[in-house]
Amino acid sequence: MAKMQSTLRNMVLSLTLISLGASAALAYVYEFTKGPIEISLLNKKLEAIKQVVPEFDNDPNAGMFLLPTGEGDSLEVYPAKKGDEVVGYAFKSYTEKGFSGHIGLMVGFTPDGAIYNINVLEHKETPGLGTKLVPEGTAENPAFKDQFRGKNPAEFSLKVKKDGGPVDAITAATISSRAFCDGVQRAYNTFEKGGLK
Amino acid sequence: MNQMKNFSKGILRENPILVLVLGACPTLATTSSAVNGLGMGLATTFVLLGSNVVVSLMQNVIPDKVRIPAFIVVIATFVTIVDLLMQAFVPSLYDTLGIFIPLIVVNCIVLGRAEAFASKNSVWSSFVDGAGMGLGFTLALGVLGAVREILGSGAIMGLKFISGDGILVFILAPGAFIALGYLIVIVNRINKA
Repeated sequence: MAKMQSTLRNMVLSLTLISLGASAALAYVYEFTKGPIEISLLNKKLEAIKQVVPEFDNDPNAGMFLLPTGEGDSLEVYPAKKGDEVVGYAFKSYTEKGFSGHIGLMVGFTPDGAIYNINVLEHKETPGLGTKLVPEGTAENPAFKDQFRGKNPAEFSLKVKKDGGPVDAITAATISSRAFCDGVQRAYNTFEKGGLK
Repeated sequence: MNQMKNFSKGILRENPILVLVLGACPTLATTSSAVNGLGMGLATTFVLLGSNVVVSLMQNVIPDKVRIPAFIVVIATFVTIVDLLMQAFVPSLYDTLGIFIPLIVVNCIVLGRAEAFASKNSVWSSFVDGAGMGLGFTLALGVLGAVREILGSGAIMGLKFISGDGILVFILAPGAFIALGYLIVIVNRINKA
């Protein structure tokens, strides 16, 4: 077949056809992946909730409600129940003070207000430095976020040592550590104001 | 052209990263570990194969004056497909590669092969070219990622073999330049020999 000439008609026609073909292909793939993407996002969220509250047997996602932070926005709260008893609340909190901006956190509280565990949902911190916010530690080798476990922010002020608080910041990642505290504090303030205690 | 030669040129003689130095931005940014490098390489390979084949099939129906927009639409379609598929089936890898998947659209390797090779050669040659270039890209990214992971975090494929930290600079951007520089030296040396 001879090569098509670059006349206006040919150019418009071929680009239109190519775009049509592309949209058809994308529409098909979008429909096909829509379900799995939703499931994987939901699983990720449930996995994060599971890590930050004691064992539960309800569906926290179904019981989700919003609580105002007092700063003009709201946090998603996922109550975890065992039988009829509330065993913990998972707060989807955030901070904008990270070294590279936004950090998303899932902060779990037991009903008395103590921190059960914290999970980093998303971040863009420096690899090797700020990323040490993320890992779970072990008993003999505790990680940064393990120092928060079981602490009640009512008496455990969420400040790094440099700011006069009790939190051991990550070496060379004070800003990330400070941001982490800020996110946890936001969750706690919301928890306190929401009257869940 | 001899297909074997066509295939192997992408791996050493015309390696897209180490010889042509195309697509250096995602290369430097995504190779902080071997798995990330390989993931990025494979995603790009898929796009390269798809776009090379489609562009080659359509070489006669695309008028010369609008060939670049036409190629970009084809490439963008394949990138979006990869993006959606990765989000659905390998969410953890998708999280780490993040913004660099959509950026494959403007990766010079993909457009470069469409323009320089696929639009002038048969479908089969273009497929082989895409496979060779993709493999070369993946290998370069994998090796670079492995070197940076070994030196920077004392681990390989996520398995730590030293306790504590490695040479931190290799995880950060400067280390990417240093490691890439030495890799280019080595490959040029091999190519000259």
